[in-house]
Amino acid sequence: MSETIKLYQLGTFAVGNRLLDPDDRSVQADVERSNTLTSGHRACQGCGEALGARYVLDAAMRATAGNLVAANATGCLEVFSTPYPESSWQLPWLHSLFGNAPAVGSGIAAALRAKGRTDVRVVAQGGDGGTLDIGFACLSGMFERNDDVLYVCYDNEAYMNTGVQRSGATPPAARTANTKPVGDEPGNVFGQGKSAPLIAMAHEIPYVATATVADLHDLERKVERAMEFRGARYLHVLVPCPLGWGSAAADTIRIARLARETGLFPVFEAERGEVVNVSKIRGRVPVEEYLRAQRRFAHLFGEQPRTDVIERIQAGADRNIRRFGLLEEM
Amino acid sequence: MRSQIEGSQAVARAVALCRPEVVSAYPISPQTHIVEALSDLVRTGELSPCEYLMVESEFAALSAAIGASAAGARTYTATASQGLLYMAEALYNASGLGLPIVMTIANRAIGAPINIWNDHSDVMSQRDCGWIQLFAESNQEAVDLHVQAFALAEELSLPVTVNMDGFVLTHAVEPVDLPSQAQVDAFLPPFEPRQVLDPGEPVTIGAMVGPEAFTEVKVLMHAKQMQALDVVPRIASDFEDAFGRGSGGLLRTYPREGADTVVVALGSVLGTIDEVVDELRAENVDVAALGIRCFRPWPLEEIRQALQGARRVIVLEKAFAVGIGGIVGQNVRLALSGLPVPVFDVVAGLGGRPITKRSLHTLLADVLHERIEPNQLTFLDLDRELVQRELHRVSQSPRSGPHAENILRDVGTVAAGSH
Repeated sequence: MSETIKLYQLGTFAVGNRLLDPDDRSVQADVERSNTLTSGHRACQGCGEALGARYVLDAAMRATAGNLVAANATGCLEVFSTPYPESSWQLPWLHSLFGNAPAVGSGIAAALRAKGRTDVRVVAQGGDGGTLDIGFACLSGMFERNDDVLYVCYDNEAYMNTGVQRSGATPPAARTANTKPVGDEPGNVFGQGKSAPLIAMAHEIPYVATATVADLHDLERKVERAMEFRGARYLHVLVPCPLGWGSAAADTIRIARLARETGLFPVFEAERGEVVNVSKIRGRVPVEEYLRAQRRFAHLFGEQPRTDVIERIQAGADRNIRRFGLLEEM
Repeated sequence: MRSQIEGSQAVARAVALCRPEVVSAYPISPQTHIVEALSDLVRTGELSPCEYLMVESEFAALSAAIGASAAGARTYTATASQGLLYMAEALYNASGLGLPIVMTIANRAIGAPINIWNDHSDVMSQRDCGWIQLFAESNQEAVDLHVQAFALAEELSLPVTVNMDGFVLTHAVEPVDLPSQAQVDAFLPPFEPRQVLDPGEPVTIGAMVGPEAFTEVKVLMHAKQMQALDVVPRIASDFEDAFGRGSGGLLRTYPREGADTVVVALGSVLGTIDEVVDELRAENVDVAALGIRCFRPWPLEEIRQALQGARRVIVLEKAFAVGIGGIVGQNVRLALSGLPVPVFDVVAGLGGRPITKRSLHTLLADVLHERIEPNQLTFLDLDRELVQRELHRVSQSPRSGPHAENILRDVGTVAAGSH
């Protein structure tokens, strides 16, 4: 097949494999996929994290011919996958604590090196709280030492497992259990933000990428690319949470796509601290469309709409678009 | 081979002889010399194969050890004081997961006020974290206990700490007989755990266990700890057979059991106590020393046996529980429950205060002449006048403030600022 297929011709990013070269088809399209996070787990309907983790790990399993070990932080992903004595994991998997998954990953990688099992690779994973807040020191240490671990953050922008509390990844104005829409400044504060991907890049590790569950081909490709490197790698995946975001379960993919198409969530790849690839916005959307789809922002659209707040959020998206060059060149 | 060597260097060499495959480290005094020496041994290739991880915190050091041990590597780390507290969450995790990590604690005080010198506040704060806790009296014993600790940990699938007094032992240069590699290899079989993180046989480790099985898991942890009461003496006996010297075990009595007065203690202070015992026995005072070498699990029956004939027991400990008193003392009382043996709780050596023979002689005289009541918490060499003055001031003006700095203000010394 000589012509490059554009997946959006099919109206979706998730199917269309029959039109592709076999080599380009998604891992999930393969009946031989490993089903690393297999069915029967207890994630909510429409869970972006469960979807993201399945694609990430199956792609990593294919890239390593099944020679993969996972360390998992405490959080939704751990809780919904391993209600003892059951487990959804079909790879060697260790849960230790909330804030130490990167260090546990480093320890596993060290053990494998000492035993000469460099064919076996390590992935460590957690949510945004486990990654950006309580596990941040361990994450930075793992990066700085350049330990051979792929760390995957499934970012749903709050502590969902404990009942939707604010994290360092919660966006401004978002309603959470401890940033309720009460008082003069409803929702989460407008802070300075905390971009884990940019901080990861500042460590000049071999590979950093962001992705969303709206573009699962892109997500798989980035996992495979990550596994081509040795050393510390970081993958930050935006995974909408219907429960915490107050969105319809059926809208998870759509909302993830809007996050990208508004510019609120820049999708890019970086190698050794330099951005090497940016996913361009195809049809730019104002942030209002993204915000309106989620009840966590409903207080911005009440009887007295907070256009001032919406404008500030739009300004943040515009800045991302300029900073990362997210629009197609005119 | 017998040589004149610093305690930390000797322990590092003993650990290396045990062929750990992963060593994780974070600097904290007075533990640093041990992991520095291990770094040298890995870099020169004397210890190989071994991966040395210099991480960003004690929490990460033990977390990396957890990952390495779960992946089937023999794993070692070391810490002290605040570092042990920073590990607290991971300590419970390692024992709950049954990972046979060996860790040296170079025992040191806990702040505030910050203090780098020796006492047992660190390990005593984590006494119930599910680790087997051994105490070394000398650097020779520290060396020997590390070799035994790996055997013990791996047989019982439990983590083990070897406690050695910070500075007093870690930085002391004294003669130590280091075993040969062949001797240690013969004593310590390779680490072959039942379940490891292996793609060939995937297992889920660390699942969320609910009310239906949590109690059973905890009871199994307890049962394994209690098995150590049999395994510790057996390994000590095997060690003596293999290496030709006695070391370790649960307890040791000097010079013999059955004395009227017994002083109970842990760690290096036992050397001083033994000398005081000799001097008092020369004056026909019937006194003996009981050293506790294994504090967790608590050898309750053995201690009861050792102390039941005594007329009085003095527990000399380098830590205490604020708000209640002696920690080892409480455990000794439990061992003596129902027996008419008075127990004297004496806290000594906090934050590195020297425990001198003279002070111990005074203490023994006070006890024997009934100038101290049993069950009364006694602090050796306490500046009572200073404490009384500060308590009086506080009673006159009950406002909050940092304890140490309050004393300074009281005596007219201001630590910072121009007025």
